[in-house]
Amino acid sequence: MIGPFDFALALGDDALVAAQRLAEWTTRAPEMEEDIALANIALDQLGAARLLLSYAGELEGAGRDEDALAFLRDDREFRNCLLVELPNGDFAVTMAKLLFLAAYQLPLYTALAGCADERLAAIGAKARKESAYHLDHASTWVRRLGDGTEESHRRMQAAVDQVWPYVHELFAPDPAAPVDPATLRADFDARVAAVLDEATLTRPESGWAPAGGRDGVHTEHLSFLLAEMQVLHRAHPGARW
Amino acid sequence: MRARRGLSHTHVGSLHAPDAELALRNARDLYTRRQEGVSIWVVPASAITASSPDEKDAFFDPAADKVYRHPTFYDVPDGVAHL
Repeated sequence: MIGPFDFALALGDDALVAAQRLAEWTTRAPEMEEDIALANIALDQLGAARLLLSYAGELEGAGRDEDALAFLRDDREFRNCLLVELPNGDFAVTMAKLLFLAAYQLPLYTALAGCADERLAAIGAKARKESAYHLDHASTWVRRLGDGTEESHRRMQAAVDQVWPYVHELFAPDPAAPVDPATLRADFDARVAAVLDEATLTRPESGWAPAGGRDGVHTEHLSFLLAEMQVLHRAHPGARW
Repeated sequence: MRARRGLSHTHVGSLHAPDAELALRNARDLYTRRQEGVSIWVVPASAITASSPDEKDAFFDPAADKVYRHPTFYDVPDGVAHL
């Protein structure tokens, strides 16, 4: 990453893609109450994405607003981490992804709330409360599924194992950024370890660490997600409802 | 749900949950989306003892002709707006 524009863009893309993935659960969640909860969290992420992308557009100064950034870029121009673009999988995979994302976003937004850039500080102050709830929600489910039945434990552990390699990318050092992601790792590890312990789950060994999202090199999954997210805007530019 | 500090809790709805902890979270997601409240209580339906519609006459009709139970027979002095 280089400069505030790329930083705001990366965080905005994280939130936008996470929102789109979570929204895929709408009408498909295991129970109605969870359906609403996931939609709520998706809307929180979308709210943060709008603020961050609007600000990124202003920083860039090329006349791109939030819609232009969200709907008129191709996958190679997106700067989100790979974690958020991974398919939802089963409910356990979605909860593992949400746990790791929230355990990263909470200390990130908290640190951002105290940074020198006033706009980013205001966004951080607003979003950290939402992240605290996302973390609470994901932790609740991970504990229940991990420490539940034999089958739920097996699937929750498999989900954690499957998603874990993608967390390392979140903390790639960037000393020039308003908040250096590397400084958030200890907080993340402590929060995640506490939840996994209580859930009787094992933290996977760290080995393979895919990355590239921050440079625009994504998994194939992002292109499909963007196709669905962008098709309306591209077919009907400037459409409103 | 308590809408604001100082008000009483009011029933807002029913939901499904495996236990109290998740019931509280589900209630937060279902019933506070538009800033409806500052406090939530959840109660399992099995813990509620309710009056029956069949008992309506015996329970509530006897109060109908006892107007003297309303504080309506006092003279309110002029200038006392919020008695």
